[in-house]
Amino acid sequence: MNTKTILIADDSRAMRAMLTSTVESLVDCRIVEASNGFEALRLLPRENVDLILTDINMPDINGLELISYLRNNPNYKEIPIIIISTEGSQKDIDKGRLLGANDYVVKPFDPARLQELLLKYLNRP
Amino acid sequence: MSDLNAAANKAVKDFLAEAEEIVDQLGSELADLADMADRSDLNPDLLNSIFRGAHSLKGLAGMFGFNDICELSHNMENLLDWLRLGRLNLDQSLMPVLFQSHELLTLLVRNVAEGGSADQAEEIAACIASINACLAPPEKSGGGSPLSQLGLSEAMLGALTEYEEHRLLENLAKGRRIYSIHTSFKLTTFDQELAQVSDLLKTYGELISTLPRVGGNMETNIDFDILFGTTLKPEEWVPMIERDSVCVTALGAFPSPPQAGLPEPPVSPPLQQPSRIPVVKHERDASAAIPPPLPSPAPAGAEEPQSAKSMSRTVRVDIGKLDELMNIVGELVLAHSSISAIATKMRTEAFSRISIELGKAAKGLGRRLTDLQKGVMEIRMIPVGQLYEKMSRIVRKISREQGKKVELKFNGADTELDKLIVEDISDPMMHIIRNAIDHGIETPELREALGKDEKGTIRISSYQKGNHVVIEVEDDGGGIDIERIKSKALQKGLVQDVGDLSDKEALDLIFMPGFSTNDEVSEVSGRGVGMDVVRNNIAAISGMVDIETVKGAGTRFIITIPITLAIIKVLIISCSGRTYAIPVTSVLESLLLTGKDIRTVERKEVIQLRETTLPLLSLDTFFGIDRRQGRPGEFYVVVVGVAEKRLGIVVDDLLGQQDIVIKSMGSAFRRFRGISGAADLGDQRTILVLDVGGMINEAMKSGN
Repeated sequence: MNTKTILIADDSRAMRAMLTSTVESLVDCRIVEASNGFEALRLLPRENVDLILTDINMPDINGLELISYLRNNPNYKEIPIIIISTEGSQKDIDKGRLLGANDYVVKPFDPARLQELLLKYLNRP
Repeated sequence: MSDLNAAANKAVKDFLAEAEEIVDQLGSELADLADMADRSDLNPDLLNSIFRGAHSLKGLAGMFGFNDICELSHNMENLLDWLRLGRLNLDQSLMPVLFQSHELLTLLVRNVAEGGSADQAEEIAACIASINACLAPPEKSGGGSPLSQLGLSEAMLGALTEYEEHRLLENLAKGRRIYSIHTSFKLTTFDQELAQVSDLLKTYGELISTLPRVGGNMETNIDFDILFGTTLKPEEWVPMIERDSVCVTALGAFPSPPQAGLPEPPVSPPLQQPSRIPVVKHERDASAAIPPPLPSPAPAGAEEPQSAKSMSRTVRVDIGKLDELMNIVGELVLAHSSISAIATKMRTEAFSRISIELGKAAKGLGRRLTDLQKGVMEIRMIPVGQLYEKMSRIVRKISREQGKKVELKFNGADTELDKLIVEDISDPMMHIIRNAIDHGIETPELREALGKDEKGTIRISSYQKGNHVVIEVEDDGGGIDIERIKSKALQKGLVQDVGDLSDKEALDLIFMPGFSTNDEVSEVSGRGVGMDVVRNNIAAISGMVDIETVKGAGTRFIITIPITLAIIKVLIISCSGRTYAIPVTSVLESLLLTGKDIRTVERKEVIQLRETTLPLLSLDTFFGIDRRQGRPGEFYVVVVGVAEKRLGIVVDDLLGQQDIVIKSMGSAFRRFRGISGAADLGDQRTILVLDVGGMINEAMKSGN
């Protein structure tokens, strides 16, 4: 299997570092990081992204806005999106699902659950 | 999963760095919020930013398993969420709760940093209880949403977070008009262009949300729909943001949107003008779900290929890495000195040509090394202004607690200092400022009665003075009562006799261990630290602190500290066969004298230096060195000075100057007076570095 590229969008530096090392230990992949939706948009045309992990509450362009854009753009429509958000943001998570996010995990998450999701969406035909 | 564990351990460091940053920012934002609550003028962005801080901290702490931080920030976040969603009004009673939570969070984060496991469970529980007391049972937010009148597209509504929805409603409730601004930017430059438009918009009203969307030229362009609320008339702001790619549409329940069956508009302003604005370039129906494709300004890749760059041009570096680098530079400097020494030696031993070439090469290397050293040094420098921010938070908090009105003024925020020194100076400064508010500034009533402005002023100024930075903390309070200090010192048995103490000497008494003029140790100043600790902390970074006070008019603390501690130039001197180093930063001049230049005044040796009398200190007597054959006929006096104090150190000979990396002597030798550290001279010799500040203090003391 080719090495997959995963985009992680989260405004917290430590959280990104944590997610990156966790995801790298779970699946064989390359990771690109964005600190908000804005940077994610900038990275997408350059990187061949296979999966997106995104937070919702981010400055400038939030996770929902990012998802909405991706789902409306034929180029990015098929990229699986997994929301990673804190508990208590259920309303926003639901909105994200409606907009077309494939799945979500709630922080603090269980690595096994994340791995299951990653494998499921990365290996989709 | 051991990989994961290792990663998590490493990540704790990341966590701390970010958590501290968040907590710091929360502190200053809360202080701002308190000010706004006073003026009952709330900035939603500020409130949201505070909320986001608590929210991020919760997420982080949860992820890294710091459950107490997570729980507390979770509760704080709840309270802030209610505030920002307008379910709760910000009044003065809420601020103490927020401040208390913040203080506890700071403490908890610090506990993690120090690896301590102090149990704060009770405080946390109490804090959470007081937070929950503020949260009234939730009332249902208004049922029929007035949002529907806006005719927002599904796509837009669907991507609004709960908070953005609330802001939209707030804007409507305040009678602002909502505009949808459609923009289309090239993929290569959209970040700068969008930022420009956003920044402009923020000066005219509130930017509610920015939704990226797919436009007609998906391959080259990216479109944005910006929701914007303002009270301004379109003429006042639309021309400002106008450009080819921007199109403004007014939203609202006005005649134009073709939607039927709108509910009665309860909040919309009585505006009669058509909702389309004449200045727009491309009109667009606000309720259409998919916008018509916009003309693309240029074909893809025609120009401006850059912009993959990150927006921020700064790098965060662990100070430890810089220290390491500095050490290496130091060692290089030493290696360079030995090469120069070899070159000189070769020349005297007549390897003339090669020795001259070696000397030249060494000189070139020396110049580069100086640049390198300067470069590394500059990386460590940060503006004192960072310290000011911290102080302003403290001033606001304490003055609030004490019911005093204090205005803080800053001068010289861009003066640069070594990062480590800034860290070390922060606690002593905080203490001095606490004292100034606690003991110095009078209550507003008293100030008015005294004919002063009811608002006290604390001024912090800093400036560079040679190789030192001076930080002054000045208040316009009541000043220090010198008679009271004297009687207090007598009463505490710190001195036997105060009769012949000068005012300055009496003032110095407050730096003695066990001195505190306030009978009741207050919560503010009396945290178990006295001014002696302040002086020791400043002395530990080779600094000095001085006081000037005028009764009734105020007090000024003058802190003088070196710009950096890393590499210093020293003057190497010898005294009865031993060598010592004196930091050049404190050397003013050196004089060649003979025995007859010295006079004795009150059993103390002095010399006449221009208009002043300079007290002398002999190194051999100071260190108790047994001198076989008295002082040589000709000797040197090195005049040193820190702040306003001067002293002549009598030495046998001056051996030259050298750059050294000063190393601490370790705790076992800490009590050695007059020595601040040791250094390697590069030729396997080590040398002791004199603590000039300490020696001056000793000399002044023994003078009486």
